[in-house]
Amino acid sequence: MSMAAAAHGHGDPHHLHGLEEGHAGPAPKRIVTGFGFWIFLLSDIVMFSCFFASYAVLSGKTAGGPSGADLFDLRNVAIETVLLLLSSFACGLASIAADARNRLWFQLAMLLTCLLGLGFLSIEGREFADLVSRGYGPTRSAFLSAFFTLVGCHGLHVSAGILWLLTMMAQVFAKGFRADIQRRFLCFALFWHALDIIWVAVFSVVYLLGSAA
Amino acid sequence: MSDQHYELHDMAPDVAPGDESESSIGAKLLVYGIGLGLALLLTATSFFIAGTDLVWQPSIPVAIIVLAIAQMGVHLVFFLHITTGADNTNNVLALAFGLLIVFLVIGGSLWIMSNLNHNMMPMDQLMRMQR
Repeated sequence: MSMAAAAHGHGDPHHLHGLEEGHAGPAPKRIVTGFGFWIFLLSDIVMFSCFFASYAVLSGKTAGGPSGADLFDLRNVAIETVLLLLSSFACGLASIAADARNRLWFQLAMLLTCLLGLGFLSIEGREFADLVSRGYGPTRSAFLSAFFTLVGCHGLHVSAGILWLLTMMAQVFAKGFRADIQRRFLCFALFWHALDIIWVAVFSVVYLLGSAA
Repeated sequence: MSDQHYELHDMAPDVAPGDESESSIGAKLLVYGIGLGLALLLTATSFFIAGTDLVWQPSIPVAIIVLAIAQMGVHLVFFLHITTGADNTNNVLALAFGLLIVFLVIGGSLWIMSNLNHNMMPMDQLMRMQR
């Protein structure tokens, strides 16, 4: 693209031709919306990187309490990971159905996404409740504070994503695949896939490195 | 000159993140399927590596980090459709800037804190001296 543009500029030093041909006006709204939401997602990832940094610094500061290796149950984490991966795939199916404007498949795929997300949340909720009931809540040590902040923040994002998912199902049900609804769904799909990326970092850094060390 | 011109016109002007190129439903399904397969494979590998004693133990954390970065790449390409195509430049540039900030925050924090841990007296000794 840039090569073509350079060659273009060479033959036409004052870009007179380029003004009428190369600039077709502002980008379509779908492009602008997607790019803007992508910027938001990156800022969200930067926020998560702060939580990751604090977790990495504090992960050894257990104040005489249990460390990650004593607490984490890797089998649960593996199940959570598979649930989240499958829900990302189901969200991809919903995008395909939305592109094909097929309501039935869209709602089915979104329902599957929702159920898998809820399964993930319930396992994570059980894990947190179990830790707190054994006296290892976020107030026990700096390590546990950082752990609950980081993993809990991801869990909150997933909860918000599920609320958004249900909203999208209702909007498509009531209004169909209008252009603005499609743009909202594009943003939702981006959000859901980005949560999966953050979970990859969480299970690697927190759970696998925590129980290996 | 003029055929380059036509190329410029045929190309889609821009791609939003999450956008897929125009293709059939089967091709799109294949993209998500490949993504899911690779992601499951990488996940299984890192869970296996974490628990095994078949490999040299100090290499395990490095392997887990490398596998995680690979899996994030798989997610970016197959699920978020961030590619290196010419019409995807804006998205890639934004991603590169985000990654720069992420590495500054995480790397910087770890670097500074490990420096402090090396150079500062342990807290209990410091308390004893002040008494």
